[in-house]
Amino acid sequence: MYSQNRKAKNTISLLLTYAFLILFGIFMIYPLLWVVSAAFKSNDEIFTSLSLIPRKIVTDSFIKGWQGTGQYTFGRFFVNTIIITVPVVLFTIISSTLVAYGFARFNFPLKKLFFSIVVATLMLPDSVNLIPRYILFNFFGWMDSYKPFIIPSMFASSPFFIFMMVQFMRGLPKEMEEAAIIDGCNSLQILIRITAPLCKSAMISIGIFQFIWTWNDFFGPLIFINSVEKYTIALGLRMCVDSAAAIAWNQIMAMTVIAMLPCIIIFFAAQKYFVEGIATSGIKG
Amino acid sequence: MVVRYRKKDFVGFLYILPWLIGFLIFRLYPFIMSFYYSFSDYTMLKPPRYVGLYNFIYMFTKDELFPKALLNTIKYVIITVPLKISFALFVAIILNMKLRGINLFRTVYYLPSIFGGSVVISILWRFLFMKEGIVNKFLSLFGIEGINWLGDPRIAMFSVSLLAVWQFGSSMVLFLARLKEIPSELYEAALVDGASRLKMFTKITLPMISPIMFFNLVMQTINAFQEFTGPYIITGGGPVNSTYLLSMLIYDNAFKYFRMGYAAALSWVQFVIILIFTAFIFRSSTYWTYYEYDEGRF
Repeated sequence: MYSQNRKAKNTISLLLTYAFLILFGIFMIYPLLWVVSAAFKSNDEIFTSLSLIPRKIVTDSFIKGWQGTGQYTFGRFFVNTIIITVPVVLFTIISSTLVAYGFARFNFPLKKLFFSIVVATLMLPDSVNLIPRYILFNFFGWMDSYKPFIIPSMFASSPFFIFMMVQFMRGLPKEMEEAAIIDGCNSLQILIRITAPLCKSAMISIGIFQFIWTWNDFFGPLIFINSVEKYTIALGLRMCVDSAAAIAWNQIMAMTVIAMLPCIIIFFAAQKYFVEGIATSGIKG
Repeated sequence: MVVRYRKKDFVGFLYILPWLIGFLIFRLYPFIMSFYYSFSDYTMLKPPRYVGLYNFIYMFTKDELFPKALLNTIKYVIITVPLKISFALFVAIILNMKLRGINLFRTVYYLPSIFGGSVVISILWRFLFMKEGIVNKFLSLFGIEGINWLGDPRIAMFSVSLLAVWQFGSSMVLFLARLKEIPSELYEAALVDGASRLKMFTKITLPMISPIMFFNLVMQTINAFQEFTGPYIITGGGPVNSTYLLSMLIYDNAFKYFRMGYAAALSWVQFVIILIFTAFIFRSSTYWTYYEYDEGRF
């Protein structure tokens, strides 16, 4: 009798837990699904119902929205964003791996100090550097170009990634590297042939995070890029929302969906690297 | 003790050289210059002119927007950080129960977080919380009509803050990873001793996750203090400056009016305030964080 009661109680609490998980899940995901459905709705329908299924499916929102504000299409903004993102991601992976290798495998003077600086910059707010960095980049003649994004990425400018990679490398077995030293490999050969291949999953994590951050970055392009011709998707979207044509809601929604798409694809394709990346470095978000 | 370095160790220096150069040029130099600019009048047309404490005096006595922005920023931090962390912990605890389909739920809960403070998500928020938007549409099902989420200065900050709360994913993943590491023997022993669920939560779960709690608290506080994109896109700081944050004040002064000296002074004040808050968290953490190695091993 007692155990039966208890079983029933457990079933009820299990059902309640699932009910909560599902309701809360709907609440979490609904806004994202709503944008997608709104992109296919006609403008008079968007705000009239909560339903996610359009009464009449519209696709010209994508075609019209893609044309942007006339002078430059979203295709242009899309290409611009790729031109920034791809090199930034590649350089970040390479430079972070090189620097982490130095920290994880060598013992040089001031190493402790340097590494504690890496950890400190991880914590210190970066916005205090904003003004002088802007003035410096202006002095270098980098305004209205993609150099403010690409060049710093060559110098392992994100302490998060150095930290994450160092943690990862410290967890790797050293036997193979030691064997390679005996075989007469130099440190660069060891990095390229042995260590880097073992770090593949950490490199992918870095690449994914850097991709998503660069892709979605708004503040950087906002201050460094002036001409519409060089706008990224983030700036293009902002421009469309602010322009008088903002009544064409479904077009904005359509372009929002397009802007989100690469991130969503990457997220689903590489989910496990996300979780690993966050768990090893505690990356923000 | 003199540490002897072998010749090959210096090679390590070459590997970290990119970071060192980047640190000196893109972080240390700007950091020092920022301090210098904050005592000057600088419009980028003429060289900076030393003005002593003028920027700071102006900030605290004449700039009417500064106290407003400062207060708003603190309000934003106080709303978002505790809510976000509580949500993250609550959901992580539920996800830590050994149930079927947990991975799917984890994915769904994490998904909004991948967009961070991006334009796409801020635009979405604007449409959701518009007066004729979807949130009000939903509430009208329950007979609640026409709340002006973004237009009413009393609630606009709350509506804007909800965006950050919605993105509790990475804090959640961190909590979840830690929860999984808590040895189940602890709970079993507590059960044998007849401990209640609440007791187990306060005496086992909370102490065990406290280091992650501390980390989340520090990182989220630092980030929230520097928030820009969300409020900038959603409300532009309005209505009547009720969502105008320090980061926007810095942006406007620097890139709208080109008052670089004043903007640098503002960013230093922001920096110091963040330091004070994090120092407070660090200080207090000695009372509420528990590290396993404190016992026995040392």
